[in-house]
Amino acid sequence: MSSETKQILTTDGIPLEVSLKKAEKKNKIKAFLLVAPLLLFIIITYVFPIGDMLMRSVDDKMVTEMLPKTFKSMEKWDGEDLPPEEVFEAFYFDFQKLIEEEREGKLSTQLNYTKNGFKSIIKKLRRKSKSFEEGNYKEQIMSVHRRWADVEYWRAIKRRAPAYTYQKYLKGVDMYENEKGEIINVPEDRRVHRILWLRTLEIAFFVTVFCFLMAYPIAHLLATLPMKYSNLLMICVLLPFWTSLLVRTASWMILLQQQGIVNDFFVMIGLVSDDNRLEMMFNKTGSYVAMTQILLPFMVLPLYSVMKTISPSLMRAGKSLGGTPFVAFWKVYFPLTIPGIGAGCLLVFILAIGYYITPALVGGASGTLISNQIAFHMKSTLDWSFASAMGLMLLSGVLVIYWLYNKLVGIDNIKLG
Amino acid sequence: MSVNKEFVKFDKVDKSYDGKVLVVKDLQLDIAEGEFITMLGPSGSGKTTCLMMLAGFETPTNGEIYLDGNAISSIPPHKRGIGMVFQNYALFPHMTVYENLAFPLRVRKIPKDEADKKIDKALSMVSLQGFAQRMPGQLSGGQQQRVAVARSLVFDPQLVLMDEPLGALDKNLRESMQYEIKHIHESIGVTVVYVTHDQSEALTMSNRIAVFNDGKVQQLSSPDELYEKPVNSFVAEFIGENNTFAGEVSDISGGKCKVKLANADILANPISVKGKGERTTVSIRPERALINPTDKMDNIHKGKIEEVIYHGDHTRVRINLLGNSEFILKVPNSSSNLDIKLGNEIKIGWNSDDARALDPK
Repeated sequence: MSSETKQILTTDGIPLEVSLKKAEKKNKIKAFLLVAPLLLFIIITYVFPIGDMLMRSVDDKMVTEMLPKTFKSMEKWDGEDLPPEEVFEAFYFDFQKLIEEEREGKLSTQLNYTKNGFKSIIKKLRRKSKSFEEGNYKEQIMSVHRRWADVEYWRAIKRRAPAYTYQKYLKGVDMYENEKGEIINVPEDRRVHRILWLRTLEIAFFVTVFCFLMAYPIAHLLATLPMKYSNLLMICVLLPFWTSLLVRTASWMILLQQQGIVNDFFVMIGLVSDDNRLEMMFNKTGSYVAMTQILLPFMVLPLYSVMKTISPSLMRAGKSLGGTPFVAFWKVYFPLTIPGIGAGCLLVFILAIGYYITPALVGGASGTLISNQIAFHMKSTLDWSFASAMGLMLLSGVLVIYWLYNKLVGIDNIKLG
Repeated sequence: MSVNKEFVKFDKVDKSYDGKVLVVKDLQLDIAEGEFITMLGPSGSGKTTCLMMLAGFETPTNGEIYLDGNAISSIPPHKRGIGMVFQNYALFPHMTVYENLAFPLRVRKIPKDEADKKIDKALSMVSLQGFAQRMPGQLSGGQQQRVAVARSLVFDPQLVLMDEPLGALDKNLRESMQYEIKHIHESIGVTVVYVTHDQSEALTMSNRIAVFNDGKVQQLSSPDELYEKPVNSFVAEFIGENNTFAGEVSDISGGKCKVKLANADILANPISVKGKGERTTVSIRPERALINPTDKMDNIHKGKIEEVIYHGDHTRVRINLLGNSEFILKVPNSSSNLDIKLGNEIKIGWNSDDARALDPK
């Protein structure tokens, strides 16, 4: 035992560990320099934007900065009755400063997000405040509009005091914090996001299932056929993969539309009547069909790479030991393909859950996914913080799936090729 | 109880994969019950194909295979009840040793306590008690091989096929496994069909050996007969070492023949030559030729030593003899060794009985 703990020296008398570190240092630096460009690239294009997104989704500094004195004076206010005079005074001076900087419009927009009705009363306050006299600001402001005398509006302002907020996340699951600080659901007719989340999960799940069902036999065939046929089949699998995503999606539009080739064919063989053509596009069916086709290679390739390593003699052994072909498959072959199934399903599911172009083009109203909603807020409403919040929720959803997968199957078992 | 001499019967079996080339030609082979028979041959000679047809993974293109009197061509592999040991063991990597052995018993719906007994017995047969809960990946090559053997025997098949099972092991392990498999065979009396391309493996293990070449059985006989009395030049060449002289029969009489070489005549034992003028290859085993023969041998010639290679227990001497510069002699390492030195001229002799005149190459 003592010989193990005793420090080992090199022939020159330097401790072995020190000598080893010294010898390896150069290699370590070399290795680091080799990966440095990629590391830098990832930090700039990936880590930094995600960090920025995270900040943006919780950032609520705008109002905090616009009304610094007000919020300071509000600290002592319990929020039960109307705030005391000092709050009104602080608000008056903050407001005057905003008028000078011509930023009061932004304030009204921001406060209006929190509670409807701020826009008009701020406009009115701006007009009237020019003729305010010094002192007793409470009376003067309250006389501008009766809403200024309503405690609800002052509570709404106070809610904007923190520099950070999780409101956008609540909004992402159709919830909000009411005046009393309770978290409640939005009215049923205004719940849009939950439906989208569920639909995204549903479509991603079924696309994964369809991909698996179709890819398994193909991958098996690829792995067992003689080389010259399997190469051809491999090209057939990969050819769509090499075609532009947009082109593939557009082709599906041509195929699936009501006057499209598939419907024409169904009418021709008499499956459906001409005036009753199937709606296969701009709904879920469109998303299912196109996404399954597009994501299929991501299932085939990991499955294929795993199946390729399974010796055909294992199936033979299973049969020679008395297992029927099904038993040999189910007890021997299938368990050995699980790493590939796991990899393929994880890959397809994660890609599907964040899919954008295809559902945007062929999904229609009932086939759009959460990513389309994110894009909508990025481009149309310009509510970037909300888009960021949903993006991060999507990302954490993926991480949860990854974690779950690790618990169930073990990430070490995954095989991508 | 009489032993079934035709326990396995290949009856006029042909096999072709592409419809152009026959990999097995008109195979006629009977295997007796309890026999250890080896199919030996170079790669591509059709031996593995024969085994696969017997196991049911390939179907004969023509002819029929009988197992215990029943035609089996139409029976799928899992109903044949034949144990098999594969080249790369084919252990199920996701199952423990126990589960591997339990697989054939489970599919036969054998009750668990009975199955456990059988598994214990099979594991003790290959001296692997205590390894039941290991995964195959945690075992050495030799241990995996034993598990594969145990698995092929655990369900008490009457016939076990082994497809080059020792090919992946190193030399020492291979030799000890050869004896082990042989002892298992002797103790349980199962019929074994063994495929290998390693002649020493075939010679040490088998009751009978079928030498395959070019889709045909060249010779089917016991190991000693195969070695001592090869019936054609392929077998003579393939089994053991072999010195050859190509020549023409100039006289044949009284169980001996005279073969005319380029610059001398030698006496030989006519095996596949019938008359004068036939071309022939004379085959002599290296250990049957002696240096400075004291006995009265009917072939004595002079040769020049071209190379001496020390092998420990014996010395190999390459001699230029009667125009054949590849003539090999094995000289046992005894103290009374003659002066074998490079360049010396020595006398070599052998009996004409040991010089077998076979078909020309």
